[in-house]
Amino acid sequence: MTRLLDSPERFGPLPQLGVDFIDAIERSGLVGRGGAGFPVGTKWRAVAQRSGGRAVIVVNGAEGEPRSQKDRLLMTTRPHLVLDGAFIAARVLRARRVILYIGERHENARHAMVRALHERTEPERGLVTLAAAPARYVAGAETAAIHFLNEGIATPTTAPPLPFEQGVDRAPTLVQNVETLAHIALIARSGTPSSTLITLAGGIARPGVLEVELGTSIGDAVRQGGGVTEQPKAVLVGGYFGSWMEPAEAWKLPLDHRARLGCGVIGLLPASACPVCETAGIMRYLAAESSAQCGPCFFGLRALADGCTRIADNSSDGRDLSRLHRWVDEVPGRGACRHPDGAVMFLSSALRLFGREFASHEGAHDLRRTA
Amino acid sequence: MSPQHRLVVDRIKCDGRGLCAELLPELIRLDDWGYPIVNSESVPVHLLPLAQRAVEDCPVLAIALRRSQVKK
Repeated sequence: MTRLLDSPERFGPLPQLGVDFIDAIERSGLVGRGGAGFPVGTKWRAVAQRSGGRAVIVVNGAEGEPRSQKDRLLMTTRPHLVLDGAFIAARVLRARRVILYIGERHENARHAMVRALHERTEPERGLVTLAAAPARYVAGAETAAIHFLNEGIATPTTAPPLPFEQGVDRAPTLVQNVETLAHIALIARSGTPSSTLITLAGGIARPGVLEVELGTSIGDAVRQGGGVTEQPKAVLVGGYFGSWMEPAEAWKLPLDHRARLGCGVIGLLPASACPVCETAGIMRYLAAESSAQCGPCFFGLRALADGCTRIADNSSDGRDLSRLHRWVDEVPGRGACRHPDGAVMFLSSALRLFGREFASHEGAHDLRRTA
Repeated sequence: MSPQHRLVVDRIKCDGRGLCAELLPELIRLDDWGYPIVNSESVPVHLLPLAQRAVEDCPVLAIALRRSQVKK
């Protein structure tokens, strides 16, 4: 089986592929590796049906998730694989433009991609332009990328229209994560994706990017990363839009599209760290990353983050926890994009797993007062 | 099959004036920040005129009635 990071630097000429390649994508079961996990074949078919030779391919290398590094590592070390996937998309979907949308801070990745592009001779090379994605969490969201490329504003927009209906230049648009496109390049040659990239973070011996066989358990992946540095209290599966899990439960979880892998970040929280403080810190980050367009997200996430922070600081009035529980039911599904949903899913998992810690933090204030 | 109507809010346009919840408390309440929480079920026929009014009176035109065919 060919894997991404030990594939050759160049595979040579691209195979001639037509619209029936979409069948092969569907058979492979490939799902998007940017976070949402959407079936890739479905997305390509929607664009193919509407393209009429004017589709736009957005190669999404924004990688705004703070702990994730896999996309920039891939662009830096295997830029040709990403370009292969992008050129295949351009061919199969009969695209008029290909845009490399790369995080403005990912300089090495951008340089490697540009260098690789200059080595290419296919006609698709002439379709390519470069854009710098703002270093914001939501900049990589599909509609935010399109909004930025159309109007220079990287905030999500109300859907419909969906990207495949009306995206960049109002044309049918495919926004696809760079790792997903690299897998497309391998599918075009060998058939099925057999691996996935993850980023290991926190209390692990060798933090960083790892390529694992699909179905590898998180426990095995952690062993491949040199093992834990300290017995973890919890494992954050899927990054900031992911979920906290008990280590014993997480170790058994297979890394494939059934696991809510999100962007593939596995974070180990050391037992010595305070899970309430950690959760509050991430909530503050996510609240600040709201693009402030939708009230329930802008005010809701800020209120959730403030509540978590008061509990973490032992300065709660004793009613924060019940408010948090009410708000996590009310906030999701009420933004133009999924930012509030992801943040709330993360917080809900914290409230589930660390319920005792949240309650004792909140109670700490009362104890102090009566002491 | 019969035509059903659902209320949908454009969350970017909505700036929490709260008129809709005053006109149609049966289906819309406000969260702690004044933004509508809308019942996602289809609008019962007897409430359609009020729903229509909530749509028309929204000062920022953020709420709409969307028709959808739903299997009975």
